[in-house]
Amino acid sequence: MTSPKDRPSCFQDVILRLQNYWAGQGCAVLQPYDMEVGAGTFHPATTLRSLGQKPWAAAYVQPSRRPTDGRYGENPNRLQHYYQYQVIIKPSPPNLQDLYLGSLKAIGLDPMIHDVRFVEDDWESPTLGAWGLGWEVWCDGMEVSQFTYFQQVGGHDCRPVSGELTYGLERLAMYVLGVEHVMDMPFNDPNSPIPLTYGDIFLQTEREYSRWNFDQADTEMLFQHFKDAEAECDRILSADDSDSAGRKIPMPHPAYDQAIKASHLFNLLDARGVISVTERQAYIGRVRALAKRCADAFVATPAATGEQIR
Amino acid sequence: MPDLLIELFSEEIPARMQGRAREDLKKLVTDGLVEAGLTYASAGAFSTPRRLTLTVEGLSAESPTTREERKGPRTDAPEAALEGFLRSTGLTKDQLEARDDKKGQVWFATITKAGRPAAEIVTEVLEATIRNFPWPKSMRWGAGSLRWVRPLHSILCILTDEAGAQTVPLTVEGIASGDSTRGHRFMAPDAFTVTSFDDYAAKLRRAKVMLDSAEREAAIWQEAQNLAFARGWEIVEDKGLLTEVAGLVEWPVPLMGAIEDRFLTLPPEVLQTSMKEHQKFFSARNPKTGRIEGFVTVANIETPDNGETILHGNQKVLAARLSDAAFFWDLDLREAKSGMADWAEGLKSVTFQSKLGSQADRIARIAALAREIAPLVGANPDQAEEAAKIAKLDLRSAMVGEFPELQGTMGRYYALEAGKDAAVADAARDHYSPLGPSDDVPSAPISVAVALADKLDTLTGFWAIDEKPTGSKDPFALRRAALGVIRLVLGSGVRVNLLQQFKLSTGQHVLKALERFGIDALSQEERQRLLAAFGDSEQTMKVLREISASRDTTSEAIDATEAISALLDAASDVNTRFIGLTKVGVSEADLLSFFHDRLKVFLKDQGIRHDIIDAVIAMPGNDDLVLLVNRATALSDVLKTENGTNLLQGLKRAANILAQAEEKDGVEYSFGADPKFAETDQERALFAALATAEPAIKAAVKAEDFPAAMSAIAALRAPIDAFFDAVQINTDHQIVRRNRLNLLSQIRAAGALIADFSKIEG
Repeated sequence: MTSPKDRPSCFQDVILRLQNYWAGQGCAVLQPYDMEVGAGTFHPATTLRSLGQKPWAAAYVQPSRRPTDGRYGENPNRLQHYYQYQVIIKPSPPNLQDLYLGSLKAIGLDPMIHDVRFVEDDWESPTLGAWGLGWEVWCDGMEVSQFTYFQQVGGHDCRPVSGELTYGLERLAMYVLGVEHVMDMPFNDPNSPIPLTYGDIFLQTEREYSRWNFDQADTEMLFQHFKDAEAECDRILSADDSDSAGRKIPMPHPAYDQAIKASHLFNLLDARGVISVTERQAYIGRVRALAKRCADAFVATPAATGEQIR
Repeated sequence: MPDLLIELFSEEIPARMQGRAREDLKKLVTDGLVEAGLTYASAGAFSTPRRLTLTVEGLSAESPTTREERKGPRTDAPEAALEGFLRSTGLTKDQLEARDDKKGQVWFATITKAGRPAAEIVTEVLEATIRNFPWPKSMRWGAGSLRWVRPLHSILCILTDEAGAQTVPLTVEGIASGDSTRGHRFMAPDAFTVTSFDDYAAKLRRAKVMLDSAEREAAIWQEAQNLAFARGWEIVEDKGLLTEVAGLVEWPVPLMGAIEDRFLTLPPEVLQTSMKEHQKFFSARNPKTGRIEGFVTVANIETPDNGETILHGNQKVLAARLSDAAFFWDLDLREAKSGMADWAEGLKSVTFQSKLGSQADRIARIAALAREIAPLVGANPDQAEEAAKIAKLDLRSAMVGEFPELQGTMGRYYALEAGKDAAVADAARDHYSPLGPSDDVPSAPISVAVALADKLDTLTGFWAIDEKPTGSKDPFALRRAALGVIRLVLGSGVRVNLLQQFKLSTGQHVLKALERFGIDALSQEERQRLLAAFGDSEQTMKVLREISASRDTTSEAIDATEAISALLDAASDVNTRFIGLTKVGVSEADLLSFFHDRLKVFLKDQGIRHDIIDAVIAMPGNDDLVLLVNRATALSDVLKTENGTNLLQGLKRAANILAQAEEKDGVEYSFGADPKFAETDQERALFAALATAEPAIKAAVKAEDFPAAMSAIAALRAPIDAFFDAVQINTDHQIVRRNRLNLLSQIRAAGALIADFSKIEG
């Protein structure tokens, strides 16, 4: 049995333990990407860095936004803004499953007392033109992580293959801490001088964003921003690789920012219910086209090939 | 005779792929061994989530030496020919032998292939098997290029004989074979070596791995039932789930829990589906209440707290899932109570198929068609139409959005909640049936009407846009739909002329398509005229032109007029190309022959041969399936008797002689046989028998009493046999010959009243 001392005390304790654990496994512990994304996979540390030959190992928390999942903070585990924990290692090490199980132990889930299972779940991101094979990891019947071996990203074969782990932090922490409603979950140590729950921090914002996402967001403006992002992405990628001083600097990262923007704008428009079923596919296709072109541009850069920047 | 043991140890193999993988491993390896000249006594394949295992017993220790003789070029052939021969045989000139052949002296080569030890062959065969394994989906990992279903970790490959076990050496992408494996991931993770299959299976068991999936299934089922029995419950049987769950565990530990009372008001189908789809739980029913009240989850581990933590966790997850389901159920019930108008409205924006319009379009077509079919099946047309209109509304419900497989089931609950008649609500549930070949066929008239209309709409629609099944591709399950119609029609005995129904249904497609095209201002009368004309390209164009010409361009109908003009411009060749329905009027016969093909498959299972069906398909009224099958059954029955087969011979003989004579003489012998030219008693007897049989057959066929028709024609067997025995048709006396040929044509005509006997084999 896990002794109380081994068990995390609060949400941030779960996060800190994961950070320490993966730092201990040699991952670069990155910070969240400073843009609105739907999942940790969108962070360029995963999407772009999973391309090319250059070895890579990173772990990070990524705040993620899924406007359609907003429930005004009322649903016990559905949020329009939540945290994912993301680990990406290239090439995938042979003991990745063991490493992963070690991370569960680190946050107090002892696989000798719980039922941990790897259940088939193939991952596909139509917006990123990406897919992989793997599992959803079940702990006592609950999905606690997504485990994927990337096969393709942005239309490019992944060689070598990256192993990607994604933890839904709120759900995982709620399970570890035995909390029924996300808003009741202690965020910092409940014995702190000023104890804060998840609800203290996020209940009001969930309400505000739910209203804005569903009822208030200016759709005309969002449509325009989508077009702008698309156009800017195209412009960046179409620009000459060399700058005015003759330095060769292609710009896949700034272009990819625009693709991320377009993707989030699409999600907002979707939440506003102004995109029909048939248009939906077309919009996803447009974002995918951007992501693919960014990937095309990225694979030729030093970050992918491993060459030195000169 | 050594035994071979192979284990391919990997990360978790998807449960659904394991059964097939076992078979593939067995086949690929044993085929490879046999092809290389080895023999074996028996083979068995096993799987767990982490391993694929093959045992081959009584393998020959080496392959036999083989000698092959090959003939080469003549000894005086150019040098190049000889060189080529030497290259292909791998021999030198002095190893060849010159022999005399018909064409002169020829080089002969004797190629001797020495036998090879089994280990060498196993190495090659296993490597090829691993590299070419037909996984439905495979992947790469790390920096390697090998593909496997998930990362492959180790290869165990040993040959065991009296002297002991020997590792078969083999390296695939850096993975070297060995004689060791591992046990359960958590309970016995350490590696251990094995010396034989028995040793392997026994050690695995000690290491908490039950190798045989059949044993795991049996253990799960047994323990689940024991647990249920203790509570007075019974487990809802689900073979598919059992197989899947057995593929998710190496050491099954079933645990039972109860569903919280607050969820017991949910429909049992919802509880069962939610637990199965999301949690892979078995449902436990309380026979006293008839409700689903408990579940069994199957863990993969024995824990110090006897699964208490695991069960507690599973129960929490279930509660969260069922809270969602209860939320959907409440939401849907509110909508159902208010009449489901929002759902109907919502389906207007859900595309069924881009050329065939929205789900709302589809429902409108089915409703119109169900109304037409209703009287044929004894249903009230108003009710059939109403049932069709509500049958698919649940597609917009939250519950079906979450669990698509509950479509129809939920539709019935919501229809009842909306205050619909029970028979109408049942049609919502039953109109998708029959789905599989063994699925029950609905018999309630309203359900039958809607089920038929639904399937006919799908079939005529996809035929109209030329999206027919090809080969193994049938993405819209059209074969299943046709089989559904066949079983519905035969099950209810309803007499429908399919071609007429195809036309009605196609007409609905055309009308809906016209509306989408903007011609929604057609009057009822214009609609009727158009519908009547469809199926005839020229006629349709004519009607469209008339409608166009009759429109006053200053009237409100100007849009429709313009639309029709556009139609005329755009579609001068095929009347309906403009609306995407490119095959209207030309595809109905093709669809009927598709039905006939399905019918052959269906009747074959009932013991009616395809040639018999061909023989009756050639008869009029072949779009009436009940008539067709009655005819075929009677014919099949009579042909199973000795009398029947002899009759068939007689009929065929008559037809053959006649056909030859007609070919030779260039005339058709079809009438004018006269008893007065009969020369023998046998001839006269046949005339008499025909005089009795023909009206009897006609009457019986008219009354659709095919057994009676068969016995009437069977009565001709003796006279025909006697006639052929005694009478020479082709005599020199031309009048007598012609008369006899015309007599034969009467026999042919009598047969043709029943079936086209020329299509029957034998």
